[in-house]
Amino acid sequence: MLDVVWLIPAFPLLGFLVILLFGRKLGDPVAGYFAAAMVALSFVVSVGVFLDLQSLSPEARAEQVHTLFSWVAVGGLHIDLAFLADPLSITMCLFVTGIGALIHLYAVGYMHGDSRFSKFFLYLNLFAFSMLMLVLGSNMLVTFLGWEGVGTCSYFLISFWHEKDSAATAGKKAFVTNRVGDWGFMMAMFFAFWAVGSLDYLHINEAAGSLSATTATAIALFAFVGACGKSAQLPLYLWLPDAMEGPTPVSALIHAATMVTAGVYLMCRISPVLNVASSYAPTIIAIVGAATALYAATVAVSQNDIKKVLAYSTVSQLGFMFLAVGSGAYTAAIFHMVTHAFFKALLFLGSGSVIHGMHHEQDMRRMGALRKFMPLTFGTFIVGWLAIAGVPPFSGFWSKDDILLAAYDKSPILWVVGLVTALLTAFYMTRQVIMVFYGEARWHDAHEEHGAHGDLHAEGHDPHESPWMMVLPLVVLAVLSFAGGFINLPFSESTEKLTQWLEPVVGLHHSDTAKLPLALMAIAMGLIGIGVAFAVYYFKKLKPVEPKILADAWGYDRAVSNFMGGPGRKAFEGVTWADSHIIDGAVNGTAHLVQGTAGEARKVQTGNVRNYAAAVGVGVVLLLAWFVIVRGIL
Amino acid sequence: MIDFPILTLLVLVPAIGSLVVALISNRQPDLVKVVALLTSVLTGGMALWTLFAFKKADSGFQFVSQHSWIKEWGISWHLGVDGISIFLVVLTGILFPLVIAGVDPHHDHKRYLSWMLLLEAGVMGSFISLDLFLFFVFFEIVLVPMYFLIGGWGYDDRVYAATKFFLFTMVGSAFMLVGIIATAIIAKADNGAVTFDLIKIAENGSFAAGTGRWLFFAFAIAFAVKVPLFPLHTWLPDAHTQAPTGGSVILAGVLLKLGTYGLLRFGVYLFPEAAVWARPVFLTLATIGILWGAIAATMQTDLKRLVAYSSVAHLGFIVLGTFALTSQAITGGVMQNINHGISTGALFLLVGMIYERRHTREIAKLKGLQKVAPVFAAAFMIVMLSSIGVPGLNGFVGEFLVLIGSFATARWWVVVAAVGVILAALYLLWAYQRVFHGEPDDDNKSFRELRWKEGMLLLPFIAIIVFAGVYPKPMLDRIEPSVDKLLEHVSQHSSWQVPVVEKGEG
Repeated sequence: MLDVVWLIPAFPLLGFLVILLFGRKLGDPVAGYFAAAMVALSFVVSVGVFLDLQSLSPEARAEQVHTLFSWVAVGGLHIDLAFLADPLSITMCLFVTGIGALIHLYAVGYMHGDSRFSKFFLYLNLFAFSMLMLVLGSNMLVTFLGWEGVGTCSYFLISFWHEKDSAATAGKKAFVTNRVGDWGFMMAMFFAFWAVGSLDYLHINEAAGSLSATTATAIALFAFVGACGKSAQLPLYLWLPDAMEGPTPVSALIHAATMVTAGVYLMCRISPVLNVASSYAPTIIAIVGAATALYAATVAVSQNDIKKVLAYSTVSQLGFMFLAVGSGAYTAAIFHMVTHAFFKALLFLGSGSVIHGMHHEQDMRRMGALRKFMPLTFGTFIVGWLAIAGVPPFSGFWSKDDILLAAYDKSPILWVVGLVTALLTAFYMTRQVIMVFYGEARWHDAHEEHGAHGDLHAEGHDPHESPWMMVLPLVVLAVLSFAGGFINLPFSESTEKLTQWLEPVVGLHHSDTAKLPLALMAIAMGLIGIGVAFAVYYFKKLKPVEPKILADAWGYDRAVSNFMGGPGRKAFEGVTWADSHIIDGAVNGTAHLVQGTAGEARKVQTGNVRNYAAAVGVGVVLLLAWFVIVRGIL
Repeated sequence: MIDFPILTLLVLVPAIGSLVVALISNRQPDLVKVVALLTSVLTGGMALWTLFAFKKADSGFQFVSQHSWIKEWGISWHLGVDGISIFLVVLTGILFPLVIAGVDPHHDHKRYLSWMLLLEAGVMGSFISLDLFLFFVFFEIVLVPMYFLIGGWGYDDRVYAATKFFLFTMVGSAFMLVGIIATAIIAKADNGAVTFDLIKIAENGSFAAGTGRWLFFAFAIAFAVKVPLFPLHTWLPDAHTQAPTGGSVILAGVLLKLGTYGLLRFGVYLFPEAAVWARPVFLTLATIGILWGAIAATMQTDLKRLVAYSSVAHLGFIVLGTFALTSQAITGGVMQNINHGISTGALFLLVGMIYERRHTREIAKLKGLQKVAPVFAAAFMIVMLSSIGVPGLNGFVGEFLVLIGSFATARWWVVVAAVGVILAALYLLWAYQRVFHGEPDDDNKSFRELRWKEGMLLLPFIAIIVFAGVYPKPMLDRIEPSVDKLLEHVSQHSSWQVPVVEKGEG
């Protein structure tokens, strides 16, 4: 199957083209099933490639390049459209296509009845194609092609319901913010080409040893700027919470499981460069990651929108992954990326099921007691909750534990930040579970309110369980969220399967720290978080503390908007003013000057012979005077 | 086949067509259109034939045709194409028939089409002239029809815009005329006799540094106006906005390229030492232009003016690449010429279609068009993404090559210029949101969907946008040899050392 690795992105591309041409004819739901089938076929090919890779020696696994054609080649620059099938990219492919297929299937149910049903799957398949280009690209430019492609699809899908102003604005914000990061990505490419003469990962990573620390630092940190944009880290995370305007399957697929992990992937991909960079480079990455993790977790505590909680949670979990990258534990980052993809996709799809069942209600204050109405959604959501809260043996525990261990080796301070974040994570997720599924049903109040507005929520529309194609993905993801951690158990080398598998690409991370005490601390933190949340929201023994400033995300988003709308806009207006008044003013001024001078000069030409004669006379006199007085001829 | 005077015909056919159209009676409007269309299609076909017959690896001038014209002064009818000009010829050949077929003027077809064809002859001639005097003649011929097209078929402020365009360009041309004559006379010492032959002067010329710089300046100012390079750009938004749709497409598509092409052919090639010396100035002005144009575009309230300012930014990239003087940067710049012609040409067509339907270009008066005209919106989206420079579409390849190629020789300029990539997304997406997103109000509810004819007009543009983005190799393979030859010429005649990027091992 290794020879046909190109089929992995080809299937979704085919799906895109078919839906582009015949989407309306296929219609609802055939277009959706077709799109899902394309991604499922990619998954099958990915499995085949995975098995083939396993049959190779570990060294050979890291250098399987398959070239399609020469893409951009000028002078010393040779960029092929080529794929690198190695343990890292195939790991990514497996979960991108696997989860992608499930979410496509789920979306068939979720988007049923939407007037632009087939267009949704058009974008979704184009996204899958771009994402697979991103991870499979054998050089930075092919990755960049996918990188921009997923960004564009993300823009399409966030503003899918573009009649809504908030959706349109959110889409634009995502694209432009990501472009800031793309600037960093481009700089990283330019530095790499300048220093190495190639954009191929294999060449760059091979040459990493001979790079100067300054160059390596520049490449790594500029790439990290790109990663901050795509993976929603401080200070560029702003677009992700707003991106929740998109349909929920989009949030699950793009803004939780796949696209937002691209930054982490990129950093792992060029990890040899990061390894030779000055030591402050990884430290910066670890600090940004830890800070983002803590920051977003505090904000998640006070959100009332069911998707916003998950959005900030995603930002926070991505921060964890960067903490791992900065600590040199690339495997841990990938491990968490995989488990996070399982449980966060599950949670998002679960929330989508809730929103679907609640007739597009997203405010958790108007939910409650849903466990009785949506038992399957509830049961699977519980699995996701335990996984993200870090309760053993659910998957999130194992991967988060790996990261905390690495963070402890890097610096105990980072470890403490990670622990606090873990506590907060358990807390806000428990809060969410209680608000949505437990307590008394609060949606009737909502209905009355809506009814007053003449909304479509007619009486008797109680929450209902979702159809099979929405529930099936939930069940599969629940199983994975439970068992996903077993691919890398820390008991012995033979149970650390993922670590061994990725070792040819990202190397090993050694730790002499005793694992057990740290793990116990982490478990304790998770349980405390859950306990406190139950005390506050279930037993109501404690008053909830939800300060406004947290709901407002510390005012950061607003400050940025105010700056953009205020001084930023003023500066732009200033430039425009200068353009029309100073630069063009000079042009028109010159024109007027010429016109004016000519206009005055023209008046001399009166056509009156006596005037001309007088002028001649004056001239003669002046000439004579000049000869006499100045030259002294007489 | 080589003896067949294809290049001469590329100029003569539209020129004769223009004359024929002018002579046809006013009472036969259909005949006028048919003749004009046939002429431009024939020219386009010949341009494409030239491309197919073009020898890929040959870095020199091909299809050369040379006939003495004014012997005493060494002026000759000397034409030829190389990798730097071939795609500009093709672009001209493609754009004119599309515009003539697809965009009708609102009155007086006959004179309009006659000017159009004369314009085509002038542009073609400029791109293939290898004689300074001949080039100047064509360069000036271009002005006249464009002036009348803007002044005769433009919008409300057309007279102001046309005059501004004419005067601005004339000022530049005056410098160039002096420069051309001075160059020929000064180069006499090296050539034995006065000659206006570009190749002879460039290959044999040995200008003293001071002289060369003055002469370079005289040429450069004319081209800088044409590009337009900041701060000489203010004629462009007026001319673009006031010109009829067809005029805007041609103006953005090919006329601006006379500037970037001229800088390369008559600036860098003719005066390498001076070009190297003037690098910092041009790099800086180009970079300022990229940001300035983008920022000004963001704040425009008129959709057409916005596109016009985006040209200032895009052309800045080409100038940046030209003066970075590396293989990738110049090749990217040459390619960006074509890409910009396609994307911006298509954008002007789309804006023209919006104007036809709504009789306004005010962004504030448009809203929610995507809901009522999704296909139209999709076409606009693809062209817009190409203009933003999304990889996989044509706009990206040129911009990327310019930036990555310039990084070695103009690093800090690149760091700043790349910010333009962020701004491009900002101004276009913001405009798109205001025009296409949201609920359409009453005025926009009946916005007509893309018609078949309009779709057929846009299809070639979109096809090129996608093809050149996915597979730019055929273009790059033809451009690069001539660029490398030019760079070799530069390093022989100046202190310039083209940086060698060692090929990645293995």
